[in-house]
Amino acid sequence: MIDVKDLVKTFKDGPIETRVLKGISLSVKDGEFIAIMGRSGAGKSTLLYQMSLLDEATSGRIHINGRETHTMTEREKMYFRLAEFGYVFQDYALLPELTALENVALPLLMQGMGNVAAKEKAAEALTRVGLGTRLNNLPSQLSGGEQQRVSISRAIAHAPGVLFADEPTANLDKESSATVMDIFKELHKGGQTIIMVTHEDEYARFAERIIKIDDGRIISDTRA
Amino acid sequence: MLSFTNIRVGFFLAVRQVRRANLWATSLIVFVMLLTFLNLVVVTGLLVGIVAGISNQFRVQETGDVIISALETKTYIENSPQILSFLQTLPQPDVISARYVTSGTAEANYFERTDLNERPNKTGVSIVGIDPVIENQFSGLSRLVGEGQYLLPTDYDTILIGSQLIDRYSFGEQPGLTPLRNVYPGTRIRLTVNGHTREVVVKGILDVPANSPLAARIFMPATEVRQLMGRTDYAVSEIAVLLTPGTDAPTFRDFLKRSGVADNAKVRTFEDAIPNGVAEVQNTFAMIGNAIGSIGLAVAAITIFIVIFINAITRRKFIGILKGIGISGQAIEISYIFQSLFYAAIGSAFGLGILYGFLVPYVSAHPIVLPISNAIIVAPVDGTMLRIGLLVLTTVIAGYLPSRMIVRKNTLDSILGRN
Repeated sequence: MIDVKDLVKTFKDGPIETRVLKGISLSVKDGEFIAIMGRSGAGKSTLLYQMSLLDEATSGRIHINGRETHTMTEREKMYFRLAEFGYVFQDYALLPELTALENVALPLLMQGMGNVAAKEKAAEALTRVGLGTRLNNLPSQLSGGEQQRVSISRAIAHAPGVLFADEPTANLDKESSATVMDIFKELHKGGQTIIMVTHEDEYARFAERIIKIDDGRIISDTRA
Repeated sequence: MLSFTNIRVGFFLAVRQVRRANLWATSLIVFVMLLTFLNLVVVTGLLVGIVAGISNQFRVQETGDVIISALETKTYIENSPQILSFLQTLPQPDVISARYVTSGTAEANYFERTDLNERPNKTGVSIVGIDPVIENQFSGLSRLVGEGQYLLPTDYDTILIGSQLIDRYSFGEQPGLTPLRNVYPGTRIRLTVNGHTREVVVKGILDVPANSPLAARIFMPATEVRQLMGRTDYAVSEIAVLLTPGTDAPTFRDFLKRSGVADNAKVRTFEDAIPNGVAEVQNTFAMIGNAIGSIGLAVAAITIFIVIFINAITRRKFIGILKGIGISGQAIEISYIFQSLFYAAIGSAFGLGILYGFLVPYVSAHPIVLPISNAIIVAPVDGTMLRIGLLVLTTVIAGYLPSRMIVRKNTLDSILGRN
């Protein structure tokens, strides 16, 4: 479970200060599928980065499973990102010199899993998203939709507590976007907690809860 | 923390980055490492080799493995015949060359000098009396004759003259040495020793480097030098001994000392007898070699630093992603260390192959002919390994620093490409 209380994030550029998040509070329960929506610059991605420990808030508190995150060391945060979270980025964020299988296996190796076991588990995760025949392809040999599915496989291979997705369909065509959302739907059915940032209503409807943000504040929090 | 997992993941990443890197870029980096290695080892080896060439000339052409020479207070070795007889009974000597050495003057073209105010074509020389056959066995003197012919035991009033005594070969006037003009095989020379004068004919000219011990000497059959010196006994000035292969020179020197030879003469190995100047030049050249090598090492370090820095900065986004998905900063840094190690190891391996497979044997067989010596490459394995260690260490540090600089940047900034 994630609890966010009075979260503020300010960016400084010389003397100019921009307050992107202006005191956000929300709570995410295990197994929820949340879509965070808002127009460009509303602060939705910034909120996702704070909750997923990729960035540090200026003030406010985040508790993950009862643990306060701002007291965590960088090592503890790294552990959370590795073992408890999964990430799907807008531009897939795959390592170009690693095959699909190796991209997915890498975090498993970092968790101390053996080479063979990590590759078996990675192959399983790729097969789950329909890429069982593309294991040894490099990202450059895959389409955008396929790369995003590899990215999802990497995010879910270690069965994370929370899956964070930042505009996962933004770079995809309609068909690939639908495939990705179907995968999210299946994952959610299996009990996966998903927090997804999107600006497309069409895909936000897959979530059971939609949080709308504008100018750094939550303007609505509705359940489907 | 340096853990097995970090090393394993670092290696996993490094292998794939190297394997799937641009072949030309990798080849270029390996080539830079190869050149750095050769710069480190060959330049120093060649500089030391120049002096080793000079030292070797002294051993081959003058001292042999052990040299017995007159005490400081004498111009000859007392009891020379007994010492020579004793040496000939021993199994260790291979060739024994007994020489008479004296100093005097040599004057050329004296018949053409019509004006007494004209500067005479004259120089101070060291005159060495030898047995031409034995000396040839000892130093291969006949092979060094560049013009004219070698001496025969039956020759009379003929000499071999070192190239630095002739202006055509020499670097010009040096303190105490004014080269003779217009001297060729067949030219008449007037030798003067202790007031005794003798006219001789140049039979051959020794074409040797300036630093050769033969360069400023005149060689004549021993009997004639004895006459010039006015010696009636057989007391020689020096006895040079070439030992049979496998004989240890210091052991033999000590044996001679214990046998009483040292009572009448100085007994020294080649190492003991090598002129101080040569040893100092050797050390100086080694220092210059090390200095040049250090510059090469610094260039290699900067090259690797730039290569890894550019690699890391262009991959900053991916480094951010790696950190974002939970790969530790140390595993990422280790991957760059492994890459640097790879470049250094492959470059050094190629360098070792070229060095010991081609350069050292080739240059040993065909020394580089330089004015001061015939240079070889001196590259002892332990010294080479030390330099490889230095190269690898420098490369690892040069690879680690830029990767650490990039890894320490904020994860999200790296992912989003923010400054």
